[in-house]
Amino acid sequence: MDYPIKIVASTEKVNFNREEYGKSISSEKLLELYRNMVRTMEFDNTIEDLLLKGHDITQHNTRGQEATPIVATSFLTKDDYVMPYHRGWGWAIGKGMEPKRMLAELLNRTNGYNKGRAGAQLGDYELKVMGRPGIQAAHVPIAAGIGFTCKLNKESQVCLCMNGNGSSNAGNFYESLNLASTFKLPIVYIVENNLYEIFEPIEDTTPIKDIALRSVGAGMPGYIVDGNDTIMLHSVLKEAYDFARNGNGPILIESKTYRHKGHGNSDTLSYGGYRTKEEVDEWIKKDPILKLRNDLLILNVANEDELERITEDAKEEMREAAEFALSGDYPTKEQLITMNYVD
Amino acid sequence: MSKKLTFAKAIEEAMKEEMRLDENVLLLGQDVRQGGSWGTSAGILDEFGEERIFPLGINENGFSGMVTGLAMTGKRPIVEFMFGDFMLLAMDAIVDQAAKYVYQSGPEFNIPAVFRLAGSGIGGTFGLHHAQAPDSWLMPFPGIKVVTPATPNDAKGLMKAAIRDNNPVVFIEYKTVYGKMGDIIDTEPIEIGKAKVVREGNDVTVVTYGPGYYKCLGAIEKLEKEGIDVELIDLRTIKPLDMDTIVESITKTGKLVTVEDCCKTACVGSEIAARIAENYIEYLDGPIIRIAGEDTSIPAGRQNETMVVPNENDVINGVKKLL
Repeated sequence: MDYPIKIVASTEKVNFNREEYGKSISSEKLLELYRNMVRTMEFDNTIEDLLLKGHDITQHNTRGQEATPIVATSFLTKDDYVMPYHRGWGWAIGKGMEPKRMLAELLNRTNGYNKGRAGAQLGDYELKVMGRPGIQAAHVPIAAGIGFTCKLNKESQVCLCMNGNGSSNAGNFYESLNLASTFKLPIVYIVENNLYEIFEPIEDTTPIKDIALRSVGAGMPGYIVDGNDTIMLHSVLKEAYDFARNGNGPILIESKTYRHKGHGNSDTLSYGGYRTKEEVDEWIKKDPILKLRNDLLILNVANEDELERITEDAKEEMREAAEFALSGDYPTKEQLITMNYVD
Repeated sequence: MSKKLTFAKAIEEAMKEEMRLDENVLLLGQDVRQGGSWGTSAGILDEFGEERIFPLGINENGFSGMVTGLAMTGKRPIVEFMFGDFMLLAMDAIVDQAAKYVYQSGPEFNIPAVFRLAGSGIGGTFGLHHAQAPDSWLMPFPGIKVVTPATPNDAKGLMKAAIRDNNPVVFIEYKTVYGKMGDIIDTEPIEIGKAKVVREGNDVTVVTYGPGYYKCLGAIEKLEKEGIDVELIDLRTIKPLDMDTIVESITKTGKLVTVEDCCKTACVGSEIAARIAENYIEYLDGPIIRIAGEDTSIPAGRQNETMVVPNENDVINGVKKLL
């Protein structure tokens, strides 16, 4: 086989000197990663708060999975693309989207990114965040097309394509990998394997434990990494982007992780229902934000007060964002039934 | 001076002209590098090279999504499906993804993609999954345009317009129409969404498109000999539907017949009939007659498949019902 699966650093097998690698990342970069993970968490907390207050808003809580999208987007330039997926909002915050306009969009107001019509399918063309479809896995072939443009442009652009383990079961996922590998497209595919497909445990829907194996059939390298370890993720993704940018074609990274909260608004069974409380509690101990916080203290990147200030700033930013969002108007019927076409 | 081309060559010429004008125009599809399954891309690889012409395999939904991604990032892809029926595999990518990006983005995205449903309808020996008329399947979906030309001139002008359009366009090409020869008169793109009054008449309005056009021409010639004066409208585009041209015609004739190959239930004519019945019934002095395909799967074999779609006589009989 051309590309054996590379287990860089999995939850089972750790062969990685994280302290040494951690020191090689600049303090500014580490703090930026931490800040964006905290901002993502506070963004989710704000959505939950708005839901509890009775507002009509979609929730796809990121909690527990912040590290992967934040680290993945941190390698992107303004010319690179993100094809997002439906788990949480790290990809948007990491690529530079504004929480206030995201919240407004999620509340379906005209001051949102897409005039309130896209909701959870939000995107920002200027920032090259391409707005995912609401159909699971339908975004994966579209990412192949975006990667195709990157290749044709010959400017070492890449496309980051985010996925969950659930969407990797779809034909679209394999068709996209097949196309990308055939045309050698610069795409970094990431599958966040959080062990569930809504309420269903992975073993009920998927015959393999490691989604990275699916890279083998598509003739591209596949990596497995601990998705709750920011420093390991940084090391693996750095290598992945180098591979994709240098004309080697696509690459698939499986990030092993876990969502602390339920799937969405209606999921009340995530703690002690379809998952045992013990299992959830075990994973909460492996919280990626806590882990990075400890790393930052050990590496002397920041002290407790400085880290606390990041959290306070994020809370304040999200308070203001919610205020902005709620001040927006709903679209009129006229606005909602027009603009299905452009000139 | 106009020249004559077949429908297939007219499509080829339109694609080549647009590819010369804009380097972002790309052609992808099954066998397109070898000239195309229906002879619409002869020599195209030689002229434009491997950077513009891309081969595709059997993954219609995947490659239609890929084409959407190319279109949303500044390219103007044309993708050829070997058979119109194969679009069913890609319905999600076309009508649920490509069609929705303009709306969901605010609109911020342009999706200038052309989905060519080559080899549509009967005319082979294949039946079942290679002979269906796909037009009416696309009628309900906002965000796409559906172009269904009958003549080489319209094929060329509408293909040029489809390539320049910033919305996804489904371009339907019928097997039985590829070989039709005709004058190329227009040098510029033909506006999408405009029907054409092919023949003026006072007795009955017949509305058709694609392969129905040729059945109607034959029928009209015979009806003329019997003193029946038909007004023939070629829709050329079925989405958006040019209702103005149809309404103007029925105010004169008071009679409406629609002709197409799609299965009769929820066919293109059904939508036209509903709109006329809803808003203009006072202009009519008889029922609306829909001449369409039988509600059946298409059988295999050239002889068998012609039995389940309308022919010239069906058109003649439909017109006479109203007189």
